[in-house]
Amino acid sequence: MSDIIGFILITVGILFNIFGCVGLVRFPDVYNRLQAATKCVTLGTVMLLVGVAVTAGGPAAAKAVICAIFILVTSPTAAHAIAKGSHISGVRLWDKSVVDKYAEEVDGKD
Amino acid sequence: MTMLFYIGLSICSFLCLYRIGRGPTAPDRTVAIDILGIVVVGFCAVVSLETGKDFYLVVALAWAFLSWIGTIALAKFLEGRGFDE
Repeated sequence: MSDIIGFILITVGILFNIFGCVGLVRFPDVYNRLQAATKCVTLGTVMLLVGVAVTAGGPAAAKAVICAIFILVTSPTAAHAIAKGSHISGVRLWDKSVVDKYAEEVDGKD
Repeated sequence: MTMLFYIGLSICSFLCLYRIGRGPTAPDRTVAIDILGIVVVGFCAVVSLETGKDFYLVVALAWAFLSWIGTIALAKFLEGRGFDE
């Protein structure tokens, strides 16, 4: 029974990974690519690791859960750092993007 | 069954490699490198499930940590600042 639940979790996680990577290829802008890829791939890999934990059991489950928690903590911080770095390095938004809160805040401070 | 997992994760890796090679700006490549590191963590987890050995999950944890450090360093480089600020 746990094998079936684990394989379903792993399959859904890999499908999320594939959708996130398709978004990484197809979206028009750095910031769109960043949000699509980071959110989908983080959720997919965490589901994959939880599926491995459910299937394997024992000490492997503890290691997989620790790895999942680590990815849940570090992936948003890395995405935030990349977004701030790319904005400071001068990458423009897409033509049809309508709001840029970070630029408004920086202009308000000056 | 694990063969399907390997095929799906390989598709993810090739899409990331396409964006690394094709990306018009440096932040595109940085995003793709970050995502490729997380996909490799998934690879290590599937290898651990197939072989039944625990230490591949330790490899996955170390890979996630090093990928995170590399991404933070590349982001600081994009900001144009030193690493100690």
